[in-house]
Amino acid sequence: MKAILTVHNLASDLVTTIWTPAFVAIFLAIIAYAFWPRNKAAFDKAAHLPLREE
Amino acid sequence: MSQPSISKSMTIGESGLAVVFAVTAFLCVIASAKALDAPFAFHAALGAAASVAAVFFIVNRYFERPAALPPQEINGRPNYNMGPIKFSAFMAMFWGIAGFLVGLIIASQLAWPALNFDLPWIQFGRLRPLHTSAVIFAFGGNVLIATSFYVVQKSCRARLAGELAPWFVVLGYNFFILIAGTGYLLGVTQGKEYAEPEWYSDLWLTIVWVVYLLVFLVTVIKRKEPHIFVANWFYLAFIVTIAVLHLGNNPALPVSVFGSKSYIAWGGIQDAMFQWWYGHNAVGFFLTAGFLAIMYYFIPKRAERPIYSYRLSIIHFWALIFLYIWAGPHHLHYTALPDWTQTLGMTFSVMLWMPSWGGMINGLMTLSGAWDKLRTDPVLRMLVVSVAFYGMSTFEGPMMSIKVVNSLSHYTDWTIGHVHSGALGWVGFVSFGALYCLVPWAWNRKGLYSLKLVNWHFWIATLGIVLYISAMWVSGILQGLMWRAYTSLGFLEYSFIETVEAMHPFYIIRAAGGGLFLIGSLIMAYNLWMTVRVGEQEVQMPVALQPAE
Repeated sequence: MKAILTVHNLASDLVTTIWTPAFVAIFLAIIAYAFWPRNKAAFDKAAHLPLREE
Repeated sequence: MSQPSISKSMTIGESGLAVVFAVTAFLCVIASAKALDAPFAFHAALGAAASVAAVFFIVNRYFERPAALPPQEINGRPNYNMGPIKFSAFMAMFWGIAGFLVGLIIASQLAWPALNFDLPWIQFGRLRPLHTSAVIFAFGGNVLIATSFYVVQKSCRARLAGELAPWFVVLGYNFFILIAGTGYLLGVTQGKEYAEPEWYSDLWLTIVWVVYLLVFLVTVIKRKEPHIFVANWFYLAFIVTIAVLHLGNNPALPVSVFGSKSYIAWGGIQDAMFQWWYGHNAVGFFLTAGFLAIMYYFIPKRAERPIYSYRLSIIHFWALIFLYIWAGPHHLHYTALPDWTQTLGMTFSVMLWMPSWGGMINGLMTLSGAWDKLRTDPVLRMLVVSVAFYGMSTFEGPMMSIKVVNSLSHYTDWTIGHVHSGALGWVGFVSFGALYCLVPWAWNRKGLYSLKLVNWHFWIATLGIVLYISAMWVSGILQGLMWRAYTSLGFLEYSFIETVEAMHPFYIIRAAGGGLFLIGSLIMAYNLWMTVRVGEQEVQMPVALQPAE
């Protein structure tokens, strides 16, 4: 029981410590993706999507 | 494609669903006979009747339809499925009027309590959840289902997935509304705000919602357009999150499987935290994400302008997703909830201001180069004003979540005013704008019956909103100040009933505002009805010259 609790505490400590930087990193990656110069053309095309349908 | 010699037979879906409904009808009859309380017996009987109707509908549909199922494409163009969209759009208008009317009734009851008539079924406590559920889940929900089914097909250039499944979603969802709404009038409630329906309605909604998710997802998966348009991201976030919220907030154990009453798995502050995690994210993902999807599709389409910044729309989406889910505790300031949790909720609520305004700017700036259309197109004006209201209420919300502001505003009419600037101004107007676009498109009409009537609707409803929210601001702040006023000896200066008395004139103004909003919606219903009845058919082939209008 004690061993399980230790593992549980370790896991929960790890998760609570890791997720804030992990979420921040994911969010920064999304911003980088949105502003990546190579993606600009595709996004500009997508902005027109409602206007060019059959 | 079908061969002429194809033999007609029921699909697995048709026969399977017919059997499932036949069994459900049987089970409902048993439940109705063994019911412990009258409302449960009534709901079980309704379930039996609806199941029998479903079996009839499925079998009849099978006999009426040609041997081959509808093709995915006709002449290389997607064969869009408009039937369920039309049904949902109709129901949205119906429930909208019903919900606004009940709102007007309870606003009048607050001004003149005698209007309760001492009848249990129509007293404030039962009509209030009927009003909130009718406008949010019945009106708003049908608008979201109708527009999501339309947008996902058009922006993916693919026919809606499934043949019976979309009908199951729209009919099943409206049956849930019927059970929930009649339940409130009969006194069946869990007593959790915006989650009042009891355990059996919750179970039914879970089934319907999973099918909704599948129909939407499979349509996205079989898309012909490589890119998944941003509106579909917002719709998907709305559908997935509502499923999670619904399951998280409703793990209740019924007293008996033959009775309506249930008890929630946890109690006390844990239940309160779960409730407002649910409640605020119902605002964030039902009333915001879903309707932002409408903004990102219908405003560019109506203004004939591309989205101002697609990059901003991506950041808008993810910032909302990352932040909204933490804001719930601001509903529990100065309660038994741990102080740090309250502060956390407040902090995330304040941070939400940024993506909200980013989204608002993106919606408004989509009109760059087309601002003149606001003068001539009242539908576009409605959509744009809705975005302005979105900006206003997403500024007010974070402000009210700050603890010192909340100490004045909480439990007062200011909250009601805030909710209605969002609900009437943002959700209401963006829905009206979307329906004004959607009805001519889905019924294949050239345009609306009358733009003049849209103009009348716009101004009458706007006046109604202004009356409503300004009355509630004054009333709410007055109420908050009276509650916290002390005499020089340290006693409360006003008794509670004195504060109630002070509200009376504002309650009359509020009811008048609600009445105007209802009148606007009646004008709209007439306009849409006439659009379908006498509107000119849109010519299918593209023409070189469009007549100037």
